[in-house]
Amino acid sequence: MVDRRILLLAALLAFVSALFLFWNLRAPMGFILSLRFTKFAALCVVGAAIGTATVLFQTIAANRMLTPGIVGFDALFVFIQTMLVLTLGGAGFARLPALAQFGVETTVLVLAALALFSILLRKGADDILRLVLTGVIIGVLLRGLAGLAQRLLDPSEFSIVQQASFATFGAVDKTQLAIASVILVLCLVAALSIARSLDLMALGRRTALPLGLDYDRMVFVALGIVALLVATSTALVGPITFLGLLASSLAHAVLSTWRHARLLPAAAIIGAIILVAGQFVFERLLGLQSTLTVIVEFAGGALFLFLVLRRPRL
Amino acid sequence: MIQLDNLSITKNGADILRDVSLKFGQGGITALIGPNGAGKSTLLNAIAGLITPSQGSVTVEGCDMIRARPPERASHVALLAQNEQVTARLTVRDLVSFGRWTHHKGRPKDEDHRKIEESIEAFDLVTLADRRLDELSGGQRQRAFVAMAWAQETPWLLLDEPLSALDPRHVRDIMDRLHALTRPGENQRSVVIVLHDLSVTARYADRIVALKNGQLVTTGPRVLAMTGPMLSDLFGTGLAIERFGGRDVVVPC
Repeated sequence: MVDRRILLLAALLAFVSALFLFWNLRAPMGFILSLRFTKFAALCVVGAAIGTATVLFQTIAANRMLTPGIVGFDALFVFIQTMLVLTLGGAGFARLPALAQFGVETTVLVLAALALFSILLRKGADDILRLVLTGVIIGVLLRGLAGLAQRLLDPSEFSIVQQASFATFGAVDKTQLAIASVILVLCLVAALSIARSLDLMALGRRTALPLGLDYDRMVFVALGIVALLVATSTALVGPITFLGLLASSLAHAVLSTWRHARLLPAAAIIGAIILVAGQFVFERLLGLQSTLTVIVEFAGGALFLFLVLRRPRL
Repeated sequence: MIQLDNLSITKNGADILRDVSLKFGQGGITALIGPNGAGKSTLLNAIAGLITPSQGSVTVEGCDMIRARPPERASHVALLAQNEQVTARLTVRDLVSFGRWTHHKGRPKDEDHRKIEESIEAFDLVTLADRRLDELSGGQRQRAFVAMAWAQETPWLLLDEPLSALDPRHVRDIMDRLHALTRPGENQRSVVIVLHDLSVTARYADRIVALKNGQLVTTGPRVLAMTGPMLSDLFGTGLAIERFGGRDVVVPC
């Protein structure tokens, strides 16, 4: 039976979705609704992808303060954008076919993540700390390289990179969105199909392995799903570092369970609620006087500090 | 039967185990004893198939533990590692239920629920069954982990210092329980246990395996192999076995 709290979360998502789609809707309704629906779908896909990926990553890392972003996904994305603008120029970058760019970025991000995971976990999946620290260092290196490359850009090209470095939901390509939606659904199904193994995995390698879990294989499967989810959402709209932390922490707080069959859908729904509600407040109530990602990063960063200072059970 | 042939394990260039050959027959309690750093935990992990040796073989009931996949290994041996800890907020019943993983793969059936309750009862955890692990004392948590390993229902149970956080009453409770369950009978199990308390070893062990510096010093029935001179040599300090209240106790001399 579906957990009542997950149904309540779904109802809350339906409510904020209705607000986002229909609040202050004026003629031409069909056209505006179509625009709003594309943005709404992108918000849901990205929120659900990041929420799911973060729960998975935290289970693998046995640490509830980490997000996949910490292994340098956002830094790699910004680095790719910078290098594209640097090599192609502002005009060349703008002329790139959107779908090809999306495909290349997703592939590069997935391959980079899988390479990192494979190299670092080759000698056993218990060395998650090494993976995380290496990811952080690679992230710093890529940020440094991107910063250096950005100094070579002229101001107009630099502003293009700046724009591409923050998540934006305003101009999402429908084809890319459709592809991302299919990837999200497949990843969600895959994650739910290993939910019971994830429950055991959360006990850590030392405990789970003697209990009969093929731990190392499961880590690769789970990290593969994380890589796909994060790469797709980052290539679709850009990096959002702290959204996953918010979604995962709230999912754990609301459900208070270790069962991933409940945690994963809850985190996916909460991720979508945060983005849809945030975009609604930002667009309809604040009149575009801020950016959604700044609000999400601020709230997520504050939560991160709270979690660190509170010293929770990790 | 557990059989180790010429087992050597090297870590970072250091020999942890050197050319160990052993056979454990089924039934009873086999105590692994030896000073710190002797290789007892490594030996236990090697039997469970969790460490790849640099040389030699490990078979349990004919299963090559080095090549076997984790589910197959877990059907032969249950291992409780030293200082087990989990970060997930589980109740005692949740934890014990994980012991049945190889049987239910996350979907417990009636038989699994029955075994889980049996294990909870066997290790005096009935009143704690719905409490979360982080609300328990170290000793209570340790008993929950032993119950989890027991629930795995494997022919062999490998326990690495499971008594370290227990008070005398629970040391006795657990060892009495293990002793009873390893006697010949319908559901007889075999236990291999790392022990530091030599008086507990003297009272409960049927066999001993003594290790020092990664090498096998002696093995055999406890009454024959465990002597004062052997223990003194093993631990590098004077130890004697005295009779007290009809039981053997190990005392410094």
